[in-house]
Amino acid sequence: MRSFTYERATDAQAAVAAVSRPGAKFISGGTNLLDLMKLDIEQPGHLVDISRLPLRDIEELPDGGLRIGAQATNSDVAADPRVRTRYPVLSQALVSGASGQLRNKASTGGNLLQRTRCPYFYDTAAGCNKRNPGSGCSAIGGFNRIHAILGASDSCIATHPSDMAVAMTALQARIELLDADQSVRRVVITDFYRLPGETPHIETVLRPGEMITSVVLPPPPPGRQLYRKVRDRASYEFALVSVAAIVSAGQETIDEARVAFGGVAHQPWRSVEAEAALTGRPATMATYRAAAEAAMRDAVGQGHNDFKIELAKRTLCRTLAQLAWGAEEAR
Amino acid sequence: MSESDSRATWAASASLAGGISTEVERGRDELAALLAITLNVNGRLWHLEVDTRTSLLDALREHLRLTGTKKGCDHGQCGACTVLVNGRRINSCLALAVMHEDDEIVTIEGLGEPGDLHPVQAAFVECDGFQCGYCTPGQICSAVGMLTEVAAGWPSHVTADVSSRQITLSGEEIRERMSGNICRCAAYPNIVAAIRVIAQGAPE
Ligand SMILES: Cc1cc2nc3c(=O)[nH]c(=O)nc-3n(C[C@H](O)[C@H](O)[C@H](O)COP(=O)(O)OP(=O)(O)OC[C@H]3O[C@@H](n4cnc5c(N)ncnc54)[C@H](O)[C@@H]3O)c2cc1C
Ligand code: SF4
Ligand code: FES
Ligand code: FES
Repeated sequence: MRSFTYERATDAQAAVAAVSRPGAKFISGGTNLLDLMKLDIEQPGHLVDISRLPLRDIEELPDGGLRIGAQATNSDVAADPRVRTRYPVLSQALVSGASGQLRNKASTGGNLLQRTRCPYFYDTAAGCNKRNPGSGCSAIGGFNRIHAILGASDSCIATHPSDMAVAMTALQARIELLDADQSVRRVVITDFYRLPGETPHIETVLRPGEMITSVVLPPPPPGRQLYRKVRDRASYEFALVSVAAIVSAGQETIDEARVAFGGVAHQPWRSVEAEAALTGRPATMATYRAAAEAAMRDAVGQGHNDFKIELAKRTLCRTLAQLAWGAEEAR
Repeated sequence: MSESDSRATWAASASLAGGISTEVERGRDELAALLAITLNVNGRLWHLEVDTRTSLLDALREHLRLTGTKKGCDHGQCGACTVLVNGRRINSCLALAVMHEDDEIVTIEGLGEPGDLHPVQAAFVECDGFQCGYCTPGQICSAVGMLTEVAAGWPSHVTADVSSRQITLSGEEIRERMSGNICRCAAYPNIVAAIRVIAQGAPE
């Protein structure tokens, strides 16, 4: 690891001011940043510790929503009674990620900004446009079993690894940001992440030095919620494919649906196509299959990851079936 | 680095209030940024001078000579380095020592010692919850943290209804909640048995 200087920020304003010096970076839980620094992938010369900032609370909002402080740990959010009862999809997504130890350290802000698990991104001997712009993409034509099937480019086919962000996408969370000039803005999560295009090293709309201060969950949408994650081992493993779904159904038809996929793209992937194919339709397997086809219409495999297209479809069908009929009947 | 260089760097860093360490020139690691810190480990205050890069794990093992905590992967992937920070289990390999001033850190040495074992340590001995023992300190610290999480009603990935605060610590729940601790000897059946002893007062 390269050496760096360290300071502990005393308040949010001081933190954004401190991080404006060249080579400086925020550190929260450190579970992604330190991992990458040990491998010489991230090379900050100065760390601004924001883990003790008073941004840990989860507050009730007048409209029935919740504001989650950026320093609230993944464990705290998953265990919060309001999240568990009103936003179960978020609790489920959080507890499906990483391990008990990591969730105790991982912060809400850091989780949103964790970097891809593409093995070539981790291998400093390999070409990788995300790590080293202009050096090519080793995953295209390489081992790409875990890579993207939607929204990829000729420059990068990496996926975003977060589970939490997928649930937040279905919930249409808004991310609150504090800029170095002390201005504040809010960005809907679906506008927060960028597709790789020709600049895969730029992953979000975050400005240099900008800090995530909180995530706002709008009041829960009507209906039942479920997060389903499919992976190579039963626990402590990233998703191959995951689905966050929220469905409100009447006697006859589905009134409203939210669908987001994880593990399929450079960002958590909201499928408005699937949502449209569900709305106003009867809650039957034929409807779910049509929604799955709609969601994956533009999907493209890279070879090793071709299986993900069918896997994503089946995972969506199974999730929707479980929401409608319960876990046993959906088997 | 020579003794006098090291002192000079340390003095410079110590003289700056607010914990800002000395300026570092890139690539010249001999000018490492050193900080004087105080850690509260196992109820004792330890004063040490560390390179900012020092992980909590290395501070415990190399500076404090508390070698019970083990290094497996150094990347958050195995759990061998698990310690308790303010009662919560974390991976000490993905933590910087300088970020843990003002925290209460407990390692395997602080849980109990021969003749005065922590109940979870005793249960691991009783149930043969290990073979080589390398992962064991991490397993035990993790189990202690995990039992606190269960007592607080935290859900897990296998909890059928995340909104329910009533957690039954079944074998499935124990395995899921302990999945952050890998055992290369695969002593898992007896690790689960040891935790069951604590959770239910009797082996299955
Ligand atoms: C073995 C292992 C398994 C894992 N498995 C999963 C999994 O299955 N699912 C999953 O979703 N995740 C998984 N993770 C990733 C884990 O969730 C992330 O490492 C964690 O959420 C990052 O949070 P942090 O607070 O530690 O971030 P840090 O490491 O502190 O920071 C990450 C990045 O975000 C920046 N940053 C942090 N906070 C802010 C802020 N408030 N404003 C602006 N920038 C900020 C930092 O500068 C850094 O660039 C796993 C990690 C490991 C090591
Ligand atoms: S997929 Fe993206 S992250 Fe992976 S090698 Fe290609 S450019 Fe790098
Ligand atoms: S050494 Fe820390 S998790 Fe493996
Ligand atoms: S007892 Fe040998 S690694 Fe677990």
